[in-house]
Amino acid sequence: MSRIAGSQRAVVYRDYRRRFVPVATTVIACLLGLFPLVVSTPLVPDFGFLVLITWRLLRPEIWMPSTALWLGLFDDLISAHPLGQSMALWTMTFLLFDLIESRIDYKDFWFDWLFAAGAIILHTSGAWYIAVLMDSPTHFSLMLPQIGLAILAYPVVARIVLGLDRWRLAR
Amino acid sequence: MAPPRNRRPGSSRRAQYGLFFGYVVAVGGVLFALLLLLVSIVDPRGFAAIKGAAMDVTTPVSSAGRSVLRGITDFGTGIGDYFRAGSQNAELRARLQTAEAQAVQAEAQRLDNQRLRQMLQLRETATDEIAVGRIVSSSFDSPRRFAILAVGGSSGVRIGQPVRAPEGLIGRVLLAGRHSAQVLLIVDPSSTVPVRLVRDGTPAMAVGRGDGTLELRTLEVGVNPFRRGDMLVTSGVGGIYPPGIPVAQVIGIQGEVTIARPLATPARVDYALVQPLYEPAVVPRSDGGAAEPAAEAQ
Repeated sequence: MSRIAGSQRAVVYRDYRRRFVPVATTVIACLLGLFPLVVSTPLVPDFGFLVLITWRLLRPEIWMPSTALWLGLFDDLISAHPLGQSMALWTMTFLLFDLIESRIDYKDFWFDWLFAAGAIILHTSGAWYIAVLMDSPTHFSLMLPQIGLAILAYPVVARIVLGLDRWRLAR
Repeated sequence: MAPPRNRRPGSSRRAQYGLFFGYVVAVGGVLFALLLLLVSIVDPRGFAAIKGAAMDVTTPVSSAGRSVLRGITDFGTGIGDYFRAGSQNAELRARLQTAEAQAVQAEAQRLDNQRLRQMLQLRETATDEIAVGRIVSSSFDSPRRFAILAVGGSSGVRIGQPVRAPEGLIGRVLLAGRHSAQVLLIVDPSSTVPVRLVRDGTPAMAVGRGDGTLELRTLEVGVNPFRRGDMLVTSGVGGIYPPGIPVAQVIGIQGEVTIARPLATPARVDYALVQPLYEPAVVPRSDGGAAEPAAEAQ
């Protein structure tokens, strides 16, 4: 593709790509929850959340905390979570990230992974606590494999998101 | 890359207000979401209409994917079968022989059973079903254990109805959309199924543990009535689940705690049957026994 947009349509296309790839990929990751997989123990990471925090940690400047609210609403509607769970947890994660990043003025991949791990632990614990409140007293140790897998999946997701980001900003 | 020390977007008042407004929306949104969550916890059926509609939209996606996935798995098995035809042939022939012997035995037992039933004047419990549907997906990223069934309200599925497979009990309907239903699996920790031991009729409760197994609780203190390999069926006590559906097999005993494995694995069953709610009649029987169960269609 040429570096200079040849027509008005190409300009519009690139503008849309630049603006909507992060949200669109998060929505697609949420839709992975519809994958026809039937398992009897929580093991698979919440892809929507993982992709969202990866985008958020990679590109803090493009996200408003309120974006997480709408994406959370979408995730609540298509997944089996009670309405409000992802809305509250995702937006709180964004606010927490904003708070942390306003205090720390150093940032690299390892820090991102650390923050992502913290967010994954808080998010899974929150989901677990909501399940307990809804009369489903699962033992917390059952959530550990899921937490571990999600933390280990972060670098992989980060690679994919980084590739998408380069494509998004490519000229 | 170090982020800017504060996120104040320059000296533009408009941009600053925009950022501030964004935070106001986010915090307000969190409070609103917590309110929604509170309503969902207090009244799990509160948003049934919204969730049901969303489920109707998403179920066909999972359903189609499930067929593809199954197709791929079957294709792989097909190739494997071709290569192992010889050894499989011998194995199947041996299996057929034992199966034939068992079939004769089973026929004898069936006749025996029929005779005993007639003697006891037991009614053959009608295995009427409301709908048959496929299990298309499950809540694999959440601590809850739900499955999505590809039949719904348009086929007569209502909240609370028991769901079973030919192998055994699966769960009950928690939420019904038009063309899809959410099923609370018996392995979810919020599910409790009244069961009895097939061997001697000891009543117990099968409570989900969230990891694909069930914990059995009895009223008896001190002595554990279960043995490894014991089978459990629903007792029909308290309604909802009709009596006599196979539920689980005891796989391990650790002191007071008895662990059982469900006989029907939602991941492997093709079709699930939705049955009418079971309501035992409340009239006490004259001979002092338990209430005569009468399965009534809801």
